[in-house]
Amino acid sequence: MDDHMFHHPDRKAEGEKPNWIDHPGNVRRIVWALAAVSAALLSLDLFLHKHDKFGFESLFGFFAFYGFALPFLLVLAAKQLRKIVMRDEDYYDR
Amino acid sequence: MIASIPPGLIMIVGAVLVPFLPSRVRGAYMLALPLIGIWQLFSLDPGSYGQMSLFGFDLVHVRIDKLSIVFGVIFYIAAILGIIYALHNDDRTEQTASLAYMGAAIGATFAGDLITLFVYWEMTAVTSVFIVWAGKTERSYQAGMRYLIIQVLSGVLLAAGAVVLARETGSFAFDFIGIESLGGWLILAAFGIKCAFPLLHNWLQDSYPEASPTGTVFLSAFTTKLAVYALARGYPGTEMLIWIGIFMSAWPIFFAIIENDLRRVLAYSLNNQLGFMVAGVGIGTELAINGAAGHAFAHILYKALLLMSMGAVLHRTGTAKGSELGGLYRTMPWTTGFCVVGAAAASAFPLFSGFVTKTMILTAAAAEGHLVPYLVLLFSSAAVFYHSGIKIPYFAFFAHDSGKRPGEAPPNMLVAMGIAAALCVGIGVYPDPLYAMLPFPVTYVPYTTDHVVSDLQLLMFSALAFAVLQRTGLYPKELRSTVLDFDWVYRRLGRDWTVFLAERTSNALKTIYADFGGMLNRVIDAVFHYHGPKGLLARTQEIGQATLVITVVLAIFLTAFYL
Repeated sequence: MDDHMFHHPDRKAEGEKPNWIDHPGNVRRIVWALAAVSAALLSLDLFLHKHDKFGFESLFGFFAFYGFALPFLLVLAAKQLRKIVMRDEDYYDR
Repeated sequence: MIASIPPGLIMIVGAVLVPFLPSRVRGAYMLALPLIGIWQLFSLDPGSYGQMSLFGFDLVHVRIDKLSIVFGVIFYIAAILGIIYALHNDDRTEQTASLAYMGAAIGATFAGDLITLFVYWEMTAVTSVFIVWAGKTERSYQAGMRYLIIQVLSGVLLAAGAVVLARETGSFAFDFIGIESLGGWLILAAFGIKCAFPLLHNWLQDSYPEASPTGTVFLSAFTTKLAVYALARGYPGTEMLIWIGIFMSAWPIFFAIIENDLRRVLAYSLNNQLGFMVAGVGIGTELAINGAAGHAFAHILYKALLLMSMGAVLHRTGTAKGSELGGLYRTMPWTTGFCVVGAAAASAFPLFSGFVTKTMILTAAAAEGHLVPYLVLLFSSAAVFYHSGIKIPYFAFFAHDSGKRPGEAPPNMLVAMGIAAALCVGIGVYPDPLYAMLPFPVTYVPYTTDHVVSDLQLLMFSALAFAVLQRTGLYPKELRSTVLDFDWVYRRLGRDWTVFLAERTSNALKTIYADFGGMLNRVIDAVFHYHGPKGLLARTQEIGQATLVITVVLAIFLTAFYL
């Protein structure tokens, strides 16, 4: 195969038009939309009765809380893990 | 006639021809082999084929049943996708090795006895290492060596376990094994290595990201899922596997969050998905085994899709590191779209493949009352969304603009990604054909209000947490770095100890020589004094004298005879 397929030149055009998603305001809108969808899903717990296997799944907002809190803590814990296990990029090459 | 050929062998034998074919026809030829293979598989009736007797033991070369068929089918599909994805790549080594590797994995899937399994098992090791080496870097060479040692060790354990087991049971049959015997433990260790059990896992994260963009796609589908199949065959309902599985599902996520190389992130997430399957095998009910097999099927597709999208990025930009990427959606829109589909399937969004299979395992865990495993798997489900679902597409295609404007992926890559994406959605929307293929009859209904609402709540709030972390700057930035894992023990600690011990040994030997050398020299001197060239006991006459004596004797004889 010819070489250019492997070394494709970057082609950032001068005066490239910014996309919809590049506006900071729109990113904020996405986050708010996400919050609104989440709130709507949470409110479903008021109307639906979930089947219990262990007794806590039908508690109001269990899955929402679990889904928010644990990944949040995971990320903070992983950041601390960096202090122990992160090294320079060429660590094993030296 | 075609029925007498063991599945997989078509590709292994076919691989031999690959290096001799001109590159124009090689792609089509390679693609034809798995297509013939899958057609042959569907034309075979369930049952055992190729029985033979070896030293009084019965061997079954081919055993076709529901469990082996579902893995065989997905292996053939993965082979077809991988070959399409690699059509632009003209590397004969990788092409030959990948065909033989995939054929060996398929052959192992249908092996009816442990000896046949062992032969194919080792064949997957020695063929796949060439795929790692086809990365053609110093790093891939080193990683390949480590990979080969560990993979061959797995085969040795399998052979040892099979022999021990055959002494106990009198049979090499590959059916339920269990951990009641030493042989069972040895074989579990062999499977555990290939399945990347905790502490036995690092060969995966070490080697897969060092292969070429196309090579990693081949590698991702086979070895580990062959091990899942082998566990489902030999150890269903082994409770220990539940705990191993849930640990596997959770622990790699921490590393996936902080790893910078996005293909290595996917290797960690592959490990985490294997955890779900291993836990399913450990639970061992019909629903759980169905879940494990179905999830392997779905997982192979979306993991290959995610690795294909990152491979396309690597192919076009020369890097797959989060710290160097960002903003690629502008010029790689199709790749971005396919990647997002793969991410949604991996995160188990409703209407995507991961949802209809992973929820089977979670439901099975709940049905059996496994509280802690259920909670850990639920945590892992929410967290998968972070590294596979958000991190991969976000840092490659969005996030901060890296300024890179690479071209879209080559057409063959897009076709492969397109088919994989279509299957991810297809299975999610219409899971019945997959369910019909699973080992046990399926009564499970994925789309209940309960499942869908719980799943969406979990995922959307997980996404919300990501947004909060990202907006507040708490989310760890992508940094150029190496993340140490357990392989540090043998790559650094083991190496340093070896060097340390070697130095100490050599110093000790030097001291020994110095101390005893003097004594030895005195002995040698004494021996030399008496037995040396000038020693009393070894005094020799010079050659001239001897010649003179001989000449004189000869002269005397001559004179005497003349007289």
